[in-house]
Amino acid sequence: MRAVVLLKEILDWELPASKFRVDETAKQAADGIAPMLLGPFEQHSLELALQLKDAGVVENVTALLAGPAGSVNGLRKALALRCDEAVHVVTDGVDGADPSQTAELLVAALKRLGPVDLVLAGRQAGDWDHGQVGYLVAERLGRPCVGLVFRAERDGDRLRVWRVAPGGVEQLAVRPPAVLTVTSDAGLQLRMGSVMDRMAANKKPITTWTVDELGLAPERLAAARRLELERVWVPEVERRCEVIDGDDPAEAVRTVLARLEELKLLSRSA
Amino acid sequence: MILAAVWDRRTLPETLGAAARLADALDGAVALVSLGDADAAADAGRYGASRVFLVEGELAASGAESTIAALADLVRDVSARAVLLPGDDRTAEIAPRLAERLGGTAVTQTIGVDVAAGRPLWTRAAYGGKALATVTAAAEPVVATLRRGVFAPAEPTGDDVSIERRATPETDGAVELLAREAPPAAASLEDAKVIVSGGAGIGAGEGFRQLEELAGLLGGAVGASLAAVDAGWASTDRQVGLTGKVVSPDVYFALGISGASQHLAGIGGAKAVVAVNTDAEAPIFAAAQLGVVMDCHTFVRSMIEQLRSPP
Repeated sequence: MRAVVLLKEILDWELPASKFRVDETAKQAADGIAPMLLGPFEQHSLELALQLKDAGVVENVTALLAGPAGSVNGLRKALALRCDEAVHVVTDGVDGADPSQTAELLVAALKRLGPVDLVLAGRQAGDWDHGQVGYLVAERLGRPCVGLVFRAERDGDRLRVWRVAPGGVEQLAVRPPAVLTVTSDAGLQLRMGSVMDRMAANKKPITTWTVDELGLAPERLAAARRLELERVWVPEVERRCEVIDGDDPAEAVRTVLARLEELKLLSRSA
Repeated sequence: MILAAVWDRRTLPETLGAAARLADALDGAVALVSLGDADAAADAGRYGASRVFLVEGELAASGAESTIAALADLVRDVSARAVLLPGDDRTAEIAPRLAERLGGTAVTQTIGVDVAAGRPLWTRAAYGGKALATVTAAAEPVVATLRRGVFAPAEPTGDDVSIERRATPETDGAVELLAREAPPAAASLEDAKVIVSGGAGIGAGEGFRQLEELAGLLGGAVGASLAAVDAGWASTDRQVGLTGKVVSPDVYFALGISGASQHLAGIGGAKAVVAVNTDAEAPIFAAAQLGVVMDCHTFVRSMIEQLRSPP
């Protein structure tokens, strides 16, 4: 089986809100306020693909990253962790905030890659948080899909997957070729990789495809557009915190409980 | 027509509340479809739906496939301009796929909707809750998920409406449900009045066991931050935040949680947030009504003692 992991670099998601700024004209985060990194769910997707390779379920893992020219750190990392191939789709001139355009681009790239048995996408990119691209890719390729997966194993000619559902965890069987979106789990922390592998990764080739090379005319990309971004802003935080002295723990707890009872939010009658 | 879809009664009032306001602004009516829950269908007329559908059968047996097919058929049959779904782990998958099948637009985890020049203008969070954005859809129908606990619920002032029953559509069998593992008798986070939630500061070992005890004494549920879930101290279904459960309890205890914006995005609906953290500069204090700068273990132990022996 060949697995393709869809990757994206996003603004460091741990940047505290106090340091976050928006460029209201460009309708996106201000330039240069934090480094660009592989998103957390992209990391989990990559780890799941590598675990499937370790288990012999998948023979080839291809990392496919859509991003502006030069954004190859995530692909170097994927190669250092022994992904077999790395492909960079250059998104210059594409609206990164519209999941439908991104999906159009990725579908064209997936078709160019040839037969792919499994596509893994993060549940959402931590910048726009739409959580759509993986699902749109599945629909446009006409492939079965399971969302919010955190574990997968071979089950005969199918895959058995574990996914988060409203009532707990569900186990499903899905027949490849298929698309999975991947959520967070303690078992999916991205591995570190060795220094040797990291050095070797710098010599491995990265295939680069432009929008033109994927045969996507500007009109076709424009027609794929679905979401129009009207305005982006940073909300004011209104709440004001009442600080309770913590030097005497018992007293602090008594005060908290009393305040909550005054607010009629907690009752200790039970 | 605006089509609201629910899976249970709990989400009926807020989903129909949002649908009614959108329908008013767009000069339309509201239809409701219940995916498998007869009680929700029975109540829907009273909460304002003018047509009510109930899809019967084994909807979950094919993953999301049958549900998407059933909803797509209904949207076409009632000519819906918009479909509103409660935002959760199920609709995260269903909304984009349904929108794509209908040639429309998905707008996920919305927290508000206005109508400008005859078109819905949706508000949603971005950048892990650090920013807000308004978006419009370039193609209809719009399939929107509604963040739980944000939209004002409809009141049960209407009349009963007869239920139109539909069968679960057949699928090609490419996805099959094998088993369900319900979480072990834990109270649902979405319904809990009190949530005691642990983060990186709780640590491995005894920490979460003590939170269970505290939650038991308060009649509440245990939640966790992404950091605690990633560390393996709490299960994935306990995660509160943008990518976990979005909760709206009366009281949310954030214990050893620093307050990453993606976590704060999940607790905006809480009536009161109590933050306990050793770091006085932690962003959680900016989102809290009550804050105590102290070790969260000491706080939890002291609270358990006091609740065991009321004054």
